[in-house]
Amino acid sequence: MKILTGNDLKTGAVVWWDGVSWSLHVEDAIDAGDQAETILAREQATRRVNAAYAIDATREEGGVRPAHIKERIRALGPTVRADLTLKPADPEAGNWVI
Amino acid sequence: MAEVQFRFRDDEPVADPGVTVDAFGAQSNAAAVRLEPGDDARDLLPHLGRLRLVEVNFPVFGDGRGYSAARILREAGYAGELRAVGDVLVDQLAYLRRCGFDAFAPEVPLDPVDAEAAFARYEQAYQPAADGLRPVWALRHG
Amino acid sequence: MYKYDTYDQQLVDTRVEEFRDQVRRRLEGHITEDQFKPLRLMNGLYLQLHAYMLRVAVPYGTLNSAQMRMLGHIADKYDRGYGHFTTRQNIQYNWIKLEQAPDILADLASVEMHAIQTSGNCIRNTTSDQYAGAAADEVVDPRPYAELIRQWSTFHPEFSFLPRKFKMAVIASDTDRAAMRLHDIGIKIVRNDASDLGAAFYVGGGMGRTPMIAPCINPFVPLDRFITYAEACLRVYNRHGRRDNKYKARIKILVHELGKEEYTRQVEAEFAHLLTQGVEPPLAELERIKAQFTEPPFEVGISDEVDRSDPDFALWLETNCLAHRQPGYVAVTISLKPVGGIPGDASADQMRLMADLARDYSFDELRVTHAQNVVLPHVKKADLYALWQALDAAGLGTANLDRIGDIIACPGLDYCSLANARSIPVAQKISERLSPRSDEIGELKLKISGCINACGHHHAGHIGILGVDRKGVENYQLLLGGNEGADTSLGTITGPGFDEDGIVDAVDRATGVYLANKQGAERFLDTYRRIGMAPFKEAIYG
Repeated sequence: MKILTGNDLKTGAVVWWDGVSWSLHVEDAIDAGDQAETILAREQATRRVNAAYAIDATREEGGVRPAHIKERIRALGPTVRADLTLKPADPEAGNWVI
Repeated sequence: MAEVQFRFRDDEPVADPGVTVDAFGAQSNAAAVRLEPGDDARDLLPHLGRLRLVEVNFPVFGDGRGYSAARILREAGYAGELRAVGDVLVDQLAYLRRCGFDAFAPEVPLDPVDAEAAFARYEQAYQPAADGLRPVWALRHG
Repeated sequence: MYKYDTYDQQLVDTRVEEFRDQVRRRLEGHITEDQFKPLRLMNGLYLQLHAYMLRVAVPYGTLNSAQMRMLGHIADKYDRGYGHFTTRQNIQYNWIKLEQAPDILADLASVEMHAIQTSGNCIRNTTSDQYAGAAADEVVDPRPYAELIRQWSTFHPEFSFLPRKFKMAVIASDTDRAAMRLHDIGIKIVRNDASDLGAAFYVGGGMGRTPMIAPCINPFVPLDRFITYAEACLRVYNRHGRRDNKYKARIKILVHELGKEEYTRQVEAEFAHLLTQGVEPPLAELERIKAQFTEPPFEVGISDEVDRSDPDFALWLETNCLAHRQPGYVAVTISLKPVGGIPGDASADQMRLMADLARDYSFDELRVTHAQNVVLPHVKKADLYALWQALDAAGLGTANLDRIGDIIACPGLDYCSLANARSIPVAQKISERLSPRSDEIGELKLKISGCINACGHHHAGHIGILGVDRKGVENYQLLLGGNEGADTSLGTITGPGFDEDGIVDAVDRATGVYLANKQGAERFLDTYRRIGMAPFKEAIYG
């Protein structure tokens, strides 16, 4: 599947296209299919997102997994600061990245 | 050709569009020339006497060669119009002005209020350039 | 230390308001991201992997306690309670909000700081020797020259859209502690036979994709014209540096392609012209700046003795303290490399503590080093034990300066949008594995970059590690034999790369080869230079 990610213009937070708006959680990402470019252009023009792009991902048990490690780190947070990730209580969360 | 949106001169503007540097060398009566980023501004120095307009083109705002071209012309004593054309943006105006540009014909017209603020914002500068502003070190040491 | 006058303050304050206006125009949609990007970069604001990142300038690495305290305040108020000290003697914050960035710049301006030109294709913050003003071997304090360059390069109207970024370093001693020859322009302040001071210009060094050691293009530019000379170097680069390929746009490629002689000829011609243009500040300006870098009021006739009865303290004293030119004093390096920690990171509390200790023990001064540590430049020997106890209690007392645990690492793929692989976890694992043998291994500079841009200086490490992306998987190349300083050399790749655990094993084996072959007082680098790559390769891959 093709999913869309970018950063919130004001806060810089990593966000994912959930079909209606931009979510902080990669699990909410939907397959943008052949609409990717259209959505990216529209959303950036209205400044609802910044520096957005489309990536490959797969839907797996437990959520959406970006194909490349870079976006998996974007989805979780820095692997060296578990306390600052989206899953601070899960010490194993970093393993999902690798 | 884009309109001149800002001009800091009192003389009559040259109506002719600038010719290329090559054509300018061959045309003994041309008074206006257009410099592209790869052109050498120093090729114009033998002809400063008949030059009344130099357009310096910025095809993309991030190509900063035109800033050097402008200063080189001013340093050589060129007193005619120096016009920035092309991808000229609000946030480049102050530096362009310091390098000696005294006319601006942006491809996309600029917000006049933003542009006014940009021209006026900095009253001092650390280094001398081509605008006659006395640098901070000169003010410090009278 | 340099103190702003009303001109300096007004320029920085104006910049804050200019950026506030630019942010407003971006948020309101008057300018596009493509147009805004160079503007935010020239104010130190990147868009990174997780958020905006702000890089704050610490000019030539020098700051006072009020400034360090402000850095802690910013970490708490606008970020997540910490910051990262960088290889360019700056600090960066990882979790910045665009809408708050102008307020941060305003807070910085209140203590004479800024983020001006810490990124973008312009002249960046000038770096220098972290022991300036304390080192016994310096000809003169290099910082007044760096300050003069800071002012000249700030908002330079001609050189703000260069082909690529431009980094300068200024040193004034034979021991180069600033990797001077790996800069776009490295300046060494020297004294000639007539005892006059001048500037030796080294132009066209750099790391990145094509590492090069800068050649000296002029061994002695008189100090009343060295700004003009720099202007000539930059103008030739701005006009003729390549703009067709981002990876060939640095000045090192221009100098290499033209040849040192031709580049120098063009610079000298431009210099001759610029000398007629009055761009050089008067020597009175240099004197005005110099007067602000006077020696602190050292006590004289004090003891050089230190009680070494606490063995942990004695080890730290041996490892992290540098002889000072003033009897009774040392320059102390505060390690930001606790075993297994994140190299260069400091919490807001640690920053405030370092500020307090600088106020109490080091005439209010601190330095950031390019090895991502912090220096208290002027500490009385009699105060060392109390200082060490305070540092140690805060996790800042690790005795590992220039040891295997003192790893330089870029933020890597944990934070950086350009990275191909993570740097920090590799640093942490090596530190944990090999720190127990730190004293046995002795001086060993290990440097890790998470991509070819080489922010972690891997080319210049005795051991260097480069993270690459191999089909979506992190992979690490090993380099040996690099060095910065007077005998600068570039590391050589050992062979095929490794995964994360494999690179830790490979470093372990490389240090084993050193220990088995070491003669006398040889450092790792000396042994490598004597015996060559082969025995290392055999141990690593054999």
